[in-house]
Amino acid sequence: MLRRLFKDFRFGVLPVPGRIIAIVFFIVLFIIPLINDSKYTLFVLTTSSLLVIFAVSWDLLSGYSGQVNFGHALFFGVSAYTVALLHKYFDLQPWATIPIGTLVAVGIGVVTCIPALRLRGPYLSLLTMAFPLMLLGLVMAFKDWTGGEFGIPGIPPLAGSHVGEYYICLIVMTVSVLIMWKLTDAGSKYIRTGLIFHAIREDEIAARASGINTINYKILAFVIGGFFAGLAGALYAHVLGTVSISYLSMTMSFRAIIYVVFGGIVSIYGPVVGVYTLQTLLQFAGQAGQNFLGQNQILIMSVIVILVLIFMPEGVAVWIRDKIERECPRCKLANAAWRKECRACSASLR
Amino acid sequence: MIEQIIIGTLVTGGVYALLAVGFSLIFGNARVINMAHTGFFMLGAYGLYYFIRRLGLGAAPAIVITVPAVTLVGILAYRFLINPIREHHAAVLLMTVAIVLVFQESMTAVFSSLYWSIPSLIPGFTDILGVSVLNQHLLVLGVVVAVIVAVWLILARTKLGIALRATAQDAEVATLMGISVPRTLMITMGIATFLATVAAVVVAPIWTIHPAMWAGPLVMVLVIVVLGGLGSIKGAIIGAFIIALVEVSVAILMPERAYLKVVFAILAMVIVLIVRPGGLFGVMFEEERL
Repeated sequence: MLRRLFKDFRFGVLPVPGRIIAIVFFIVLFIIPLINDSKYTLFVLTTSSLLVIFAVSWDLLSGYSGQVNFGHALFFGVSAYTVALLHKYFDLQPWATIPIGTLVAVGIGVVTCIPALRLRGPYLSLLTMAFPLMLLGLVMAFKDWTGGEFGIPGIPPLAGSHVGEYYICLIVMTVSVLIMWKLTDAGSKYIRTGLIFHAIREDEIAARASGINTINYKILAFVIGGFFAGLAGALYAHVLGTVSISYLSMTMSFRAIIYVVFGGIVSIYGPVVGVYTLQTLLQFAGQAGQNFLGQNQILIMSVIVILVLIFMPEGVAVWIRDKIERECPRCKLANAAWRKECRACSASLR
Repeated sequence: MIEQIIIGTLVTGGVYALLAVGFSLIFGNARVINMAHTGFFMLGAYGLYYFIRRLGLGAAPAIVITVPAVTLVGILAYRFLINPIREHHAAVLLMTVAIVLVFQESMTAVFSSLYWSIPSLIPGFTDILGVSVLNQHLLVLGVVVAVIVAVWLILARTKLGIALRATAQDAEVATLMGISVPRTLMITMGIATFLATVAAVVVAPIWTIHPAMWAGPLVMVLVIVVLGGLGSIKGAIIGAFIIALVEVSVAILMPERAYLKVVFAILAMVIVLIVRPGGLFGVMFEEERL
């Protein structure tokens, strides 16, 4: 077992620069609290890891299976509000509220995909965009229970210390991203969902003609997307200690899309890169609103997004990967860009 | 009560119709979901505010400067930001969101996030069948009718309109017929932005001006065009008045639950979509397009 892991590492990871960067990055994330455990640093990183789950789940639903959802904040907000209401009225603790919140988000995912299954393309996108706004209207209309624009404060934290909270969120994020990466891996021998999602996105009629029940798989995509977005929302409510209407707003839905398209759509590492560049780096550079960068964060983020879209429309992560890696034309294995021959079949890469 | 609802529906519906027709045009021709559409509406309102209140110009010169300037901004944004990446649908959508966020943030930086208002272009009110109507509301109605008739005449009767409709139906065949598709799309964007700016100019004295004023109308416009059928002008106009009726009735009949207007508007859209998945007057597009 250990020998096999070592062999995988020796031949599957070390020769590919992109994978080395990913592993080094996660190791750095795990040892950061040992170097710098200031509350602000860890808080920014904790929220970033939850936004990573949120963005990656959008990529799975919209990038991989092609059901472009403009209202992903629905799952996030529903779960966060469920957590807050359960705490406020039933006084439940995090171990109970988080699973219930996530399950409610999954249920909402199933309910929304019933009308969504009949539609495709822009109609689907615009319909899904409407759902969180509808809920937002309900939240604002019944202020007595939901707190209206002030939200519901006083949700207990996940753990006693902020280091504990950081590790909980980081581990949940790592596991979720690994699960979603496996679920969408089209080359996998054991899990077929990745291949089927690709097939549905590329040509739904052909997928159905090949004997795939596309309806079931579309529902599955909504359930998985809703599950992880709901998980992120429930944890986010506990980390921030409050829920507000911004969780359901159009901005929240578009944040997921901005991170994913910035990093590279239809790639699990794209959203990770997107969140850690746009969210984390900008937060640290802005020093909590102390300088020009912090006060005009949205403006700077939008300008960066516009420039990235014009000069690298495939996304930053994909652009970088194409610079440092090259696919072997014969065996489709990833190689470092500076090699002259493929590492497995020694076909010429030039 | 009834007359309030009728007047409110006509005015709000007229403004929504101007916005939705522009949105529908740009979607039908360029297949671009232009989230920045109401951003130009906001720019128009702020432009009018700047020239009238800050520079002290009269209403007429302010309008004459604002409308072409915002239209030019729209055309330039299309030419240099949207056109180069038109093949990537998600990227285009994100680009328009980024554009509207830039507008919002620059307006906040220049005018702060306070609420502003401008005086009515025509003050006073008129009696119609015993109901007193603000002159500004009559102006909105008149302008809306005039502009929509003008757009319909352009689309139906001129060579440019034929080119626009041909591009909407099939861009490749339109190219083969000698129509310059990129130029047609730029003209479409110009017309759409012009409509949004005109809507802003007539409605700015009634609504308050603030940096987030694009979000509310944008949601309503999206609901309207989906309800009416994407890319259909007739659907956009009829949908605008349906949604305006729902919105105004909710706002007048239950003022304490005014936030439900979005809920009811979206419910109307969902019901229409479940009965007719293509919207009321949906235009069928071919599946694959370059």
